[in-house]
Amino acid sequence: MDFHYTEEEKAFKEKFDSWLMSNAPEGYLGNMDYEPPEDWEQMAAEYRKFQRSLFDAGYAGINFPKAYGGAEGTVMENIIVSEATGPIYFHTMGGLHVISLGLAAPTILAWGSEEQKQTFLPPTLSGEIIWCQGFSEPNAGSDLANLNTRATRIGNEYVIEGQKVWSSFAHIADWCILVVRTDPNVPKHKGLSYFLVDMKLPGIEVNPIKNIAGDPEFNEIFFEEVRIPEDMRVGQEGDGWKVALTTLGHERYVGEVALASTFLREYEELVELARTVKLNGAPASKDPLIRQRLAQIFVELMVMRYNGYRNMSKLAKGEMPGPEGSIGKLFWSELHQRLTEVAVDLIGPYHQLNDPIYRPYHSTRWIQRFLRAKGNTIEQGTSEIQKNIIGERVLGLPKDAARAKKKS
Amino acid sequence: MDFSFTEEQEILRDTAKRFIQNECGTEFVKQLVDGNREFTDEIWQKMVELGWTSILIPEEYDGLGLSFVDLSVILEEMGKGPLPGPFTSSVVLAGETIRLAENPQKAQHYLSRLGAGEIRGTLAWAEEGDLNMWDNINLSARVQGDAFILDGRKVFVPHADQADFVVCVALCEGETALFVVDIPCPGLKINKIDTLDRTTSLCLLDFGSTLIPRDALLAKGKSAETVLGSVLNRINVAYALDMVGGGQKVLDIGVEYAKTRIQFGQPIGAFQAIKHKAAELLMEIEGARSIVYYAAWAQDQEGTESTVSASAAKVFCTEMYRNVTKEVLQILGGIGFSWEHELHIFLKRAKCLGTLFGDVSFHREKLAVALNY
Repeated sequence: MDFHYTEEEKAFKEKFDSWLMSNAPEGYLGNMDYEPPEDWEQMAAEYRKFQRSLFDAGYAGINFPKAYGGAEGTVMENIIVSEATGPIYFHTMGGLHVISLGLAAPTILAWGSEEQKQTFLPPTLSGEIIWCQGFSEPNAGSDLANLNTRATRIGNEYVIEGQKVWSSFAHIADWCILVVRTDPNVPKHKGLSYFLVDMKLPGIEVNPIKNIAGDPEFNEIFFEEVRIPEDMRVGQEGDGWKVALTTLGHERYVGEVALASTFLREYEELVELARTVKLNGAPASKDPLIRQRLAQIFVELMVMRYNGYRNMSKLAKGEMPGPEGSIGKLFWSELHQRLTEVAVDLIGPYHQLNDPIYRPYHSTRWIQRFLRAKGNTIEQGTSEIQKNIIGERVLGLPKDAARAKKKS
Repeated sequence: MDFSFTEEQEILRDTAKRFIQNECGTEFVKQLVDGNREFTDEIWQKMVELGWTSILIPEEYDGLGLSFVDLSVILEEMGKGPLPGPFTSSVVLAGETIRLAENPQKAQHYLSRLGAGEIRGTLAWAEEGDLNMWDNINLSARVQGDAFILDGRKVFVPHADQADFVVCVALCEGETALFVVDIPCPGLKINKIDTLDRTTSLCLLDFGSTLIPRDALLAKGKSAETVLGSVLNRINVAYALDMVGGGQKVLDIGVEYAKTRIQFGQPIGAFQAIKHKAAELLMEIEGARSIVYYAAWAQDQEGTESTVSASAAKVFCTEMYRNVTKEVLQILGGIGFSWEHELHIFLKRAKCLGTLFGDVSFHREKLAVALNY
């Protein structure tokens, strides 16, 4: 067991951190008063610019092969870069990188044809292509395999008909990773296929949906006779479920390390907030109850960070994480809600202020985070689905009778 | 960065696992809790022969000179018994206090015998009154000629009834001081108190003008506080490790039951009410494991991380252990509520270890101070 950086890692970190100082979006690093942009066009432009500079400096796609524009770095280098860039992506670009770098790129790398890798990986890593995800449907949420959007093969094309929903970033995305049904006559998990779809194709209509924070971050996507060439299929016909679910290991763990450092930054802002807010004639940070709550958040953030390091350490040795790998999402999503709850409790009545001009205590930033965090226990597999996975696949508990019957 | 244990540590873990299964099985612990058996010198001797008492003892005192991480794998396995008896209090509380005090004469006198398991020790810290133990040391040490006179009372001293000496935290000339008191000692009364958790023996120490030799002073002032601080970190990490082992064992019991207990025509573990509960508990246990492994490693390093990580581990592991024992009792239903089932042994140990050497509020406040809120 050893948590020190090696000399090489130390040198890499120093070099990267100093590079970041001059390439991160202005006014963010070390500035607890930073207010995020609210406009998606602006965030997308910021993302493209930042990703391009990472790419040009050789810091994009640390664990991707050089042949596809990656850096072919070590797991530790990946941790170093992810911890430093995570807060930047989430706080200044609305987490716009998540689908592109966390889902699309690794899926294409793992399952894509040589041509797909050549075509899509470099521009994805350089921020030229922004991806969205077409998975959920009105009748396929937690029961994702129940999805109904159809792709019918006609010659060497597929014709797509149907509707997707809750697609983050679809309103600004260039391409979409899409899971659709290609065979309605086999058991539901077996009839799915995975496609890469150009969002500019005729027949695609995107309608933004506002989330509870008032932010149109996700969308409905309608597909009406959308024709895509056969070579945009990833994996074989019928492999869609496997492709969608089995490629996410590494990136999920890296993503969790990046989130841990993002939440640590929010915790630092929270402590600063507690020093600013007055309670009973003294800074709230001197109030026994507030101190207990802040310390509890800190404890949980340490747990989150070392959960992440345990996973990464296994990956570095070429092993896949054990049970600790499945618990990350369940833990961080609830932790983020608790963290932001402390903040809005701290500022009391001011937490309601969502006003562009009157926003003491950074009220708008905190209430936006508080509201956005409510989605954390739903997106990318609800907490209930995570608990089914942990209960059944890790602890070996039986499926309930109704579900066991339906599956077979 | 490397989060894994070495091959040697894995071997140590396997040995400990087998030892707990063979020497400290459920029946043994139940009989001990019912007062039908005792922790014996025979069991102690077996642990000594495995070298466990000398893991942290430096080589110059005939010990193995290994790290806290090496010890940690054993402590985690012990929690699965749970192993009753004075191992942790002797090895961590007494052994580490004397080792870290770097008092050559005391080290010479105690360390090799501690390592050889010939003697056992403990540490007396908590006192009645204010539960914030830092500001509540009233055991007084007065100089009288060639001796010190100790007056006062200590509570919740682990396994003092099974110890050959006790290191006492006292107030001497306005400063914190550590004294090593050999047992028996005229004027010192040691009473084992009947407590909830019968796997941990807790004692009341009454010092009534107890005369101890001048050279019983181990450390004083700043150095005594530094030693005490490190030992408190270590004991809390040790308990946290025990709690992780215990939590895992209790969840295993609950999951096994949920797979076999049939109600409404299916194993109860198929119901999400049970399955989701078990999943949440695993999440807590794995989180506890991540933080406590890091904390164990940090004890072997210089710097403030040893304090921050120890308190964080104590907080998280305590709440995990309490919650796991509470929720698995619910999974087990009536049988879990019965004395006959071993669940209550773990539940009570969770209550005990969680409050010894600082409960969760104490440690959260300690973090608040360390983090400069």
